[in-house]
Amino acid sequence: MTARALINVPPKARRGEIVEIKTLIAHPMETGYRVGLGGELIPRDIITTFTCTYNGEEIFRADFARAIAANPFLSFFTTATATGTIAFQWSGDNGFSATEQAPITVE
Amino acid sequence: MTDQRANDSGTSRRDFLTATVTLAGGMALASVARPARATPDTMQAAIREVVGEAAIRKGKVKIDVPPLVENGNTVPITISVDSPMTAADHVKSIHLFNEKNPQPNVIGVHLGPRAGKAQFSTRIKLAAAQTIIAVAQLSDGSFWSDDADVIVTIAACVEDLQ
Repeated sequence: MTARALINVPPKARRGEIVEIKTLIAHPMETGYRVGLGGELIPRDIITTFTCTYNGEEIFRADFARAIAANPFLSFFTTATATGTIAFQWSGDNGFSATEQAPITVE
Repeated sequence: MTDQRANDSGTSRRDFLTATVTLAGGMALASVARPARATPDTMQAAIREVVGEAAIRKGKVKIDVPPLVENGNTVPITISVDSPMTAADHVKSIHLFNEKNPQPNVIGVHLGPRAGKAQFSTRIKLAAAQTIIAVAQLSDGSFWSDDADVIVTIAACVEDLQ
């Protein structure tokens, strides 16, 4: 399953600068509490974990519960330490998995 | 011909009955399966699961959420913790809880000294006007919290499906 994800990482940063990272991924985040047209419960389908790594080292991880809005948005911070890659990984119910990455140049 | 018509009408009556029973069964199931709302008690239990027996002090944490939101399906929220974020003194995790959604947990984030700034933003669902609580764990093992009251005019989880 592929999901559309939007990533915002500043392409350039000074060494030691604190940069903001924003991510948004297309996902219905079905809570499992809603009732469909036939009166049946719509089964839960959510993203459960999000991980962000910077040159392979984990810098931020989030565990989502059902109360996260559809198309989960996250913004957080990291210190720019070295030129490299910031990678993102989402995983969830029904084998959902998506990855994305962005380069960052540190001067 | 007459027999045929009677047969047709019999079949459709049976179909109708089957459909009615299925529908009624579905509705009964839905009403049974409809979860109890999280209460302040279940929220406290969820907080204890994360914190254990440690004391939670008020302060350091700041929840930034609009006090009045129109649509409970997407409530923007920012949580920040007053911390220097050094190797010796940083925030390890931040958990967010609510009182009245079907489940007390909202999100748990894990960070470290590399974050530079203990702050994150996301969008959450709220089923009713209620109090939300954020709890942060610091590297020295202490827990700090903040709470915020949010009034929701259109609740999440009850909207009709298109």
